[in-house]
Amino acid sequence: MREVLRLEDVSLTYQAENGEVHALESISFSAGKGELIALVGPSGCGKSTLLSIIAGLEPPTSGKVYLNGAPLRGVSNQVGYMLQKDNLLGWRTIRANVLLGLEIRGMMTSGNIAYADELLESYGLAQFADKYPAQLSGGMRQRAALIRTLAIRPDLLLLDEAFSALDYQTRLAVTDDVFRILKSMGKTAIMVTHDIPEGISMAERVIVISHRPGRVKSVHSVDLAAATPLERRSNPAFAGYFNTIWKELDVHV
Amino acid sequence: MFKKFSPAGGLSPARAAYLAEQQRLGLLVRLCQVGLLIFFVAGWEISARLGLIDSFIMSSPARVLRTLTNLRENGLMLHVGITTFETLVGFGLGALLGNLLAFILWWSRFLARVAAPYLVVLNALPKIALGPVIIVWVGAGMQAIIVMALAISLIVTVLEMLGGFVSTDRELIKMAETFGAGRLQTFVKIIYPSNLHTLFSSLKVNIGLSLVGVIAGEFLVSRAGLGYLIVYGGQVFQMDLVMTSVLLLALLAALLYGGVVLLERVVMKALSQS
Repeated sequence: MREVLRLEDVSLTYQAENGEVHALESISFSAGKGELIALVGPSGCGKSTLLSIIAGLEPPTSGKVYLNGAPLRGVSNQVGYMLQKDNLLGWRTIRANVLLGLEIRGMMTSGNIAYADELLESYGLAQFADKYPAQLSGGMRQRAALIRTLAIRPDLLLLDEAFSALDYQTRLAVTDDVFRILKSMGKTAIMVTHDIPEGISMAERVIVISHRPGRVKSVHSVDLAAATPLERRSNPAFAGYFNTIWKELDVHV
Repeated sequence: MFKKFSPAGGLSPARAAYLAEQQRLGLLVRLCQVGLLIFFVAGWEISARLGLIDSFIMSSPARVLRTLTNLRENGLMLHVGITTFETLVGFGLGALLGNLLAFILWWSRFLARVAAPYLVVLNALPKIALGPVIIVWVGAGMQAIIVMALAISLIVTVLEMLGGFVSTDRELIKMAETFGAGRLQTFVKIIYPSNLHTLFSSLKVNIGLSLVGVIAGEFLVSRAGLGYLIVYGGQVFQMDLVMTSVLLLALLAALLYGGVVLLERVVMKALSQS
């Protein structure tokens, strides 16, 4: 399995008004091509910050991030980022929204536009291309956001609580949807979630991050022989993974 | 759109009753509005005719109409035209400069922090007090009136637009940044379009403010315009002229405001943001 992402001793310390915050400490892991990794941890453990670092939005205080073997410098064409909300722009049609990434990156070649149209076609949004986001359901909007990310042809996808703004039913459906799309394209993905079952149902590996400073507390390989997240959820072994990871998280109320 | 909730073949009786009630209420409001206007105009006219009020001081609808029909000799339309022109130029410049300044202050957080107390003071200052200063600086004439209109709408625009820019949805901005958007790209593609509502709400306030600036300016320096007619009419005790001008001014203000509302509707519809 070719290695797409590697983190070596990534640490982040930042200055806040009331002192120095050690957000992340010596985080190391790697992700192979086509692999899906879930980062779970208590809120405030810096897992979203870690995604920002991998996305090249902020540099780590120390440590290295390698993307396809080369050190990461700033925002890269090879990384696509999906946020909690779909963040579709209300004044643009779905097609114009999907093309936004290409537009910002100055990659509006006819080949890339055709590819984006192809994605809209294959993921069932072609007939909504000229509609505005407000006219689409939450699930379809999230799919449009995914296509916007895929249109720049990233090797690595970062999903930052990408489903948590959806209601429960839509969320299960969209999770299935996104999983299938990512797998069919062989994309590597790192997802951040506070929802343990969501992580187990999608990922090959679940990495538990400890509370501040965020460290890799444990790594769990999920071996559920099933095709989709929904099927995985009904696997008898599912609960076992949940219990192990739940204990690791050590949640106190 | 509501139809799909009703049974096939027409509205349910409850729905029909509800719609009829809504329609009746709307009609009643409109009727009262028109009735009030008729009552006011008729009351004014009758009181004048019966001698309850002195029509030399209070004028009367008939006298206002006579003044209006004598349009040609007193050049009323020219005055209306001049006031409209000054207002639109002052308003346009205020909006343009205000947006530009707001952009600059958004671009430089440092500058914005330095400027903050000055903006607050300038915003609170009654700009009309600057009238004499403006006249001395730019000369007594139309330019002074336009600058008045500009001054009165500028700071409000800056504050409103800047406020809108800095409170733009952080998630949208982050989304653009994950695609590698620079600050200018973020502004053009995300921040400005998401603040069109802010822009139009400030334009709606400013069209009225600009008119205030123009009338105040005309009071001070002009030889033409509705503000001039009002002052002139007052000085020579021609209350018919004053009343006519004030009524025209009210009409003009309503039309200008309506124009901005229409512009908003057209732009928002074109961008499907309504």
